[in-house]
Amino acid sequence: MTTLILEGSKYLMTFLMIFYAYLNFRFFGERYDIRKLKLCRRQNVVMFLIHFLGYLSLYISRGEDRILVFYGAQVLFFGLYLVLSRVFYRNISRLLLNNMCLLLSVGFLMLSRLNMERAVRQFAIVAVAAVLTWIIPFIIDRVWQLSRIPWVYGGIGLILLVAVCVAGTTSYGAKMSLEFQGISLQPAEFVKISYVFFVATMFYRATNFKAVAATTAMAAAHVLVLVFSKDLGNALIFFLTYLFMLFVATNNWFYLSAGLAAGCGAAAMAYQLFPHVQNRVAAWLDPWSDVADKGYQIAQSLFAIGTGGWMGMGLDRGLPGKIPVVEKDFIISAIAEELGGLFAICLILICLGCFLQFMMIATRMQAMFYKLIAFGLGCEYIVQVFLTVGGAFKFIPLTGMTLPLVSYGGSSVVGTFIVFAVIQGLYILKRNEEEDEKE
Amino acid sequence: MKKSNPNPNANRNILRLAYVVAGVFVCMLLYLGYFLQFESGSVINNAYNPRVDLLAERVVRGELLSSDGQVLARTVTAEDGSERREYPFGSLFAHVVGYTGNGKTGIESLTNFYLLTSHVNLVEQVFNEFSGVKNLGDNVVTTLDVRLQQTAYDLLGDRRGAVVVMEPDTGKILAMVSKPDYDPNAIAENWEALTADEAGEARLLNRAAQGLYAPGSTFKILTLLEYLREHPEDYGEFRFDCDGTYENGEYTIRCYHGEAHGSQDLTQAFANSCNGAFAQIGLGLDKAGFGELAEQLLYNRQLPLSLPYSESSFAMTAEADTWETLQTAIGQGRTQVTPVHQTMITAAIANGGTLMKPYLIDRVESAGGQEGKKFMPSAWGELMTAKEAADLTEFMRNVVATGTGSALRTDAYTVAGKTGSAEFETGRETHAWFTGFAPAESPKIAVTVIVEEGGSGGRAAAPIARGIFDAYFSGN
Repeated sequence: MTTLILEGSKYLMTFLMIFYAYLNFRFFGERYDIRKLKLCRRQNVVMFLIHFLGYLSLYISRGEDRILVFYGAQVLFFGLYLVLSRVFYRNISRLLLNNMCLLLSVGFLMLSRLNMERAVRQFAIVAVAAVLTWIIPFIIDRVWQLSRIPWVYGGIGLILLVAVCVAGTTSYGAKMSLEFQGISLQPAEFVKISYVFFVATMFYRATNFKAVAATTAMAAAHVLVLVFSKDLGNALIFFLTYLFMLFVATNNWFYLSAGLAAGCGAAAMAYQLFPHVQNRVAAWLDPWSDVADKGYQIAQSLFAIGTGGWMGMGLDRGLPGKIPVVEKDFIISAIAEELGGLFAICLILICLGCFLQFMMIATRMQAMFYKLIAFGLGCEYIVQVFLTVGGAFKFIPLTGMTLPLVSYGGSSVVGTFIVFAVIQGLYILKRNEEEDEKE
Repeated sequence: MKKSNPNPNANRNILRLAYVVAGVFVCMLLYLGYFLQFESGSVINNAYNPRVDLLAERVVRGELLSSDGQVLARTVTAEDGSERREYPFGSLFAHVVGYTGNGKTGIESLTNFYLLTSHVNLVEQVFNEFSGVKNLGDNVVTTLDVRLQQTAYDLLGDRRGAVVVMEPDTGKILAMVSKPDYDPNAIAENWEALTADEAGEARLLNRAAQGLYAPGSTFKILTLLEYLREHPEDYGEFRFDCDGTYENGEYTIRCYHGEAHGSQDLTQAFANSCNGAFAQIGLGLDKAGFGELAEQLLYNRQLPLSLPYSESSFAMTAEADTWETLQTAIGQGRTQVTPVHQTMITAAIANGGTLMKPYLIDRVESAGGQEGKKFMPSAWGELMTAKEAADLTEFMRNVVATGTGSALRTDAYTVAGKTGSAEFETGRETHAWFTGFAPAESPKIAVTVIVEEGGSGGRAAAPIARGIFDAYFSGN
């Protein structure tokens, strides 16, 4: 009987996830607000059902009471967060809010299965971040000086990155975190935001050659410091984001193509300079010739995804723990293994949906400043998703990034909360404006 | 009511980039779908995938069957639910079928995933779920032929060595014997003795695929082929006068047991395996070209073989001195080959120059006998031209008709082959080789035999091949 419930909820969860993703894309095609509202309500129901079935399976499989307590805490959190966000901000984007909660809930579920202590810790960080970032839309709406201090953003960001480069602790070959008093921070997750603000303010003020040169120099400094820290994944994110922002701000195809060419040149140089880049590329091209060593991570990830197949092994019935750093870099493989390939595909589509929502907001913003912020943060988000997921699927070489909101990692989740809050702020700003006009 | 947009270009570019990103994601997800649908089966069936063993908790490991359906391995479930893997033929298929328990080897390892995947019908699966009974895993039908395996096994007897039998036109491996062997039924009990290997017997080693031996005179096939390539017009004019020893400066090469062959043309020199003649041929060859030929014939390269194997090595370079050149030309020196690789070369000659990928798994069937995945013969590529293969076949026929392969002379069928007696240590008996195929005019099977320290290939190895050919042709 137990197996039947487990099997049944596995299929049901996949079905619900497909339905959720479907609603997500239906939303873009809907014209009328009343219908959109209906879709969003359905999404909420579906999300709580998936969440319930997931924890039910986990509880049946493990029989630990703390799972029930943890589940209760999460339901309370999601309920309050969904309701209060709308109380505070009438015009909040419900779609984005829903997607955030769905990604978080799947993340919590998978982390609970992998490592209960870490899941609880992650939950605590999320709860604090959720409360703190409620203020951000308010600030965006009121504080217009945000667009006047480019060098503050640029300076703070660069100092933080340099600090990591000099005093950071090394993990997996890259310097990524600062530690003090037992707390480990990954400043790059926050510099991502200040960096986008810096570029946006600079280009908001001017896009003449001089401004472009100054901005490029500062952006290049960010990227170079990251390269020196061997944090090549983030370096790539920063680089691409800057290039795309530059292109959108100037509408200059020459900048885009020259930048891409320079990027390819830099990638080739990085390949020559860093042995670990060569290893990653070799493992990507052929993980099977050296499964025991260089190809180990990617091979384990592919074993997980392949063994799971389209429908998955069922929660707690696979071996995702065999994949190194599964909670961070390979959470999508763990999801694919136990919840199924279809489930993972839907999850990625939802990430893509968030990105498209970011882009819609960017196109609707009037001021170049806001437009570039929404666009830049969206770029960072989706490039990171692409690097993580593509790496785990062996679509591209591994870079070792986290999947925002789903993977374990305090700095990452707090940073992503800020990003989503900023975007919500812009959306709310726009909606308030439109309402004012109607009146 | 809409305001005019102040940044039409920016918005257009944002949308363009969004489309590109969406396009890239669609590609990535299609790639994932392709992986899940088509590639995952072969990927996860890997010894490094710990997950496959998880399946054993839900599925009873399937059976391994010979090509005619005899059980080579099966899982027996005791009344208390405990499972035991049983190998009805004992040590007969020890290396090629392999064992489970202390790790997995052989076909047991290759087909691990299939054996632990169940395709019994859905109704039965749901019923089994309800009643808490394990589903029956799929059975795997191998290409192995019990009668040929038994013949080779008996003829090799207590001697160390290996036998490989393969179909040249399909690549099916019909038999693979390695001695000394072990009983896979008792692998756990004997594990320590087997791995400690105090007698230095290496019983667990599959000599057929992993044993590296000096090829001895069987290597003259390659020397001959290189000579034919360099002398396409005038090889018929080759003459050598053999008095049993060939001297070149300070070096001396002796024919087997110092036998004087007298005046030899190329066909006779090959048939009689005249070392002097081939040493002289070797000295005249283009060494770089010889190396290339060896690599064309898969020396120093990966073999298209799913079993674990050792890579054969051809070490002579263009700078080699006279002694090494002489030695290499007659298959001594530093050259080393595995029996399975030698079989592949012979099979390619038999198959008009085209090597078929050797394979051991014919098809997968559900426990109910419904056919699942079927493995088809596939060509690896050309090792030589059809003309070269035909020429070599003619030379090899003469080995049996008039030369050292006399043990295979019969009216029942014609054999083309080559014997070898490989020296590996001074003062010890040579390893005895035979490699060949039959019928020479339309080859059905290729056989390679090596008997460690067996003495002369013609006397020790060729009779084993004879027995296998007899068994094959009397049965069909």
